[in-house]
Amino acid sequence: MSAMLRLFAHDLKLQLRLGSDLIAPVAFFVLATLLVPLGVGPEPNLLTRLAPGMIWVTALLATLLALDRLFQRDFEDGTLDLLALAPLPLEAIVLAKVAAHWVTTGLPLLIAAPVLGLMLRLDHGSYVTLEVSLLLGTPVLSMVGAFGAAVTLGARRGGALLALLVLPLYVPILIFATSAIGAAGEGLSPRPHLLLLASFFVAGLVLVPFAAAAALRNALE
Amino acid sequence: MTGLVGIRLSCRRSERVVFTRLDFSIESGGALLLSGPNGSGKSSLLRLIAGLIKPFTGHLEYEGTRLQDDPARHREIIAYLGHQDAVKSMLTVGESTRFWAGLYDHPSDAHAAMAAMGLSDLADTPGRFLSSGQRRRAALARVIAGGTPVWLLDEPTVGLDAKSIAALESALAAHRMRGGIVLAATHAPIALPGAAELNLAEFEPQGFLDDADAA
Amino acid sequence: MTTARIPLLHRYANPAAFGRLAAKVLPWTTALAILLLGLGSYFALFASPPDYQQGESVRIMYVHVPAAIMSEVVYGMMAAAAVAGIIWKHALADLFVKAAAPLGAAFTFVCLVAGSLWGKPMWGAWWVWDARLTSELILFFLYLGYLALVDAFDDPQRGLRAGAILVLVGVVDLPIIKFSVDWWNTLHQPASLMTLSGPKVDPSMLLPLMLMIGGFMAFFVSVVVLRLESELLARRIRAWRTATSEE
Repeated sequence: MSAMLRLFAHDLKLQLRLGSDLIAPVAFFVLATLLVPLGVGPEPNLLTRLAPGMIWVTALLATLLALDRLFQRDFEDGTLDLLALAPLPLEAIVLAKVAAHWVTTGLPLLIAAPVLGLMLRLDHGSYVTLEVSLLLGTPVLSMVGAFGAAVTLGARRGGALLALLVLPLYVPILIFATSAIGAAGEGLSPRPHLLLLASFFVAGLVLVPFAAAAALRNALE
Repeated sequence: MTGLVGIRLSCRRSERVVFTRLDFSIESGGALLLSGPNGSGKSSLLRLIAGLIKPFTGHLEYEGTRLQDDPARHREIIAYLGHQDAVKSMLTVGESTRFWAGLYDHPSDAHAAMAAMGLSDLADTPGRFLSSGQRRRAALARVIAGGTPVWLLDEPTVGLDAKSIAALESALAAHRMRGGIVLAATHAPIALPGAAELNLAEFEPQGFLDDADAA
Repeated sequence: MTTARIPLLHRYANPAAFGRLAAKVLPWTTALAILLLGLGSYFALFASPPDYQQGESVRIMYVHVPAAIMSEVVYGMMAAAAVAGIIWKHALADLFVKAAAPLGAAFTFVCLVAGSLWGKPMWGAWWVWDARLTSELILFFLYLGYLALVDAFDDPQRGLRAGAILVLVGVVDLPIIKFSVDWWNTLHQPASLMTLSGPKVDPSMLLPLMLMIGGFMAFFVSVVVLRLESELLARRIRAWRTATSEE
């Protein structure tokens, strides 16, 4: 456990020192969402309807953007070899790295999302649900994305391939997150949707480390 | 049996058999020098002993434990130095050495390890300012700081000057004095008194892998 | 002759043995595929009645439904083979996943095209966000992802293993995707009377449907066996190449 915390802190320190790389995903998140009103026009009712979907679709893409820094650099400079040999299981390493990655990519999205909600005229009743859906959903995006990053490690044409592999797996999260926000906007209870998201979170926490660790072993062998 | 033993190891990389039926044994405090031409599998053997590559056949034993059956034990005893130094440009030498020492639960050993490789003055220098020899020394300090009994060193002397090689040699001697084991693949001469030699060329499979004509 | 070969035989697919097996199986499955597809097409096109609601376009179902079934069955078989490949390290299992994938992708594609052709007269649009079609589209991308991943490695063995892991993750995720798409569909559209699954299958339609499903299956087996054989041969050629280039 202490080794996991050490790795988490170490990775967090490394990520925070990336500087401008660090804000790229959240900048993309804001910018891409703001392109929508420019594309479809500023009509308030239309934006209100589009807001949950747009915020979530760009959140998916923003997460995707940052995935390559999860394992790629460690793989290239030999760190991943050493981590795989270190006295903690590869599954624990995956979890620690995903957690650090989420703090630097998922958490900023949570902070930026309400501002985007204001600009897109999200329903007043939807903000809490938006935040809860991001809080439950973005860690799953990071986990599923970590699997994608692990399985494409060492492959040619990594980036586009990663998107092709990961985006279909993101579909359930997108659906339940946006339907939760939609339900809240209509004055219905978002609870069932959010509970399903929570169950994805738990399932991801249990399954993803194994899948990603298996993929990493394959890449390192 | 004490020490590290490899029994009838063979290694397949993709569709090629690199070496077959390789046996070795090293008593604690001993050393083994791997030799052989390029592509004979020195690096593959080290990665296999490290646990990064699964042996195609055969197994490894350490102090009587079959390492395949006990991966946690396997990870505890190995320190591996590959071709890459795994030095992060954003971290200082001290930070990364302390991190690795901490992972192995020896955070206090980081200081001595850096001193052993003559890095004490560079402890606060970020990785991006290091020369290639200094990076290699940082990687070696990481090996030392782990405090594990088995060191696997793939070309440890690359980029090192005479003074650093001497520092490495005394670190290896000190490690073996404590009962540690060293396996090294190197082309450069390095003083490993009493080291056995293993020529990988002797274990090259004859012909090539094609099971059709064996059927 | 060499010591290397003896242990290898246990774990490695043996091309010669597989070639003998293929030579036995292939003529039968090929004949069966031609027979069933021929008979099925006859019944589907001529010897079955038009549907009282769907009219003649119901005949598209005889391609759409078998393709849809195969698209899922093939993915299931790939997942089973992936498990076998990962647990028992059986080389033939890994190769099967790769050999079956383009066929699965093709079935999925046929299913989508047939569904879209059926949708035009029925729904008045080439594409409707029907739950089944949408899931099928996502399945198609899962296939494409597998195909792209397996090809993206310089070491074919590594690509096969990465692909097998991906297929396993996909097969766990697939029911969740289907469930979520169904959920999404019921949220956004009131259930339509006419869905692609069709209301009920009349016995007169069941015969051509069964024939076509059998034909698709036999076709799949034949092509997979051929692809496995050529993959094993290609591997042998690669082995020769590396051997000669080293001398």
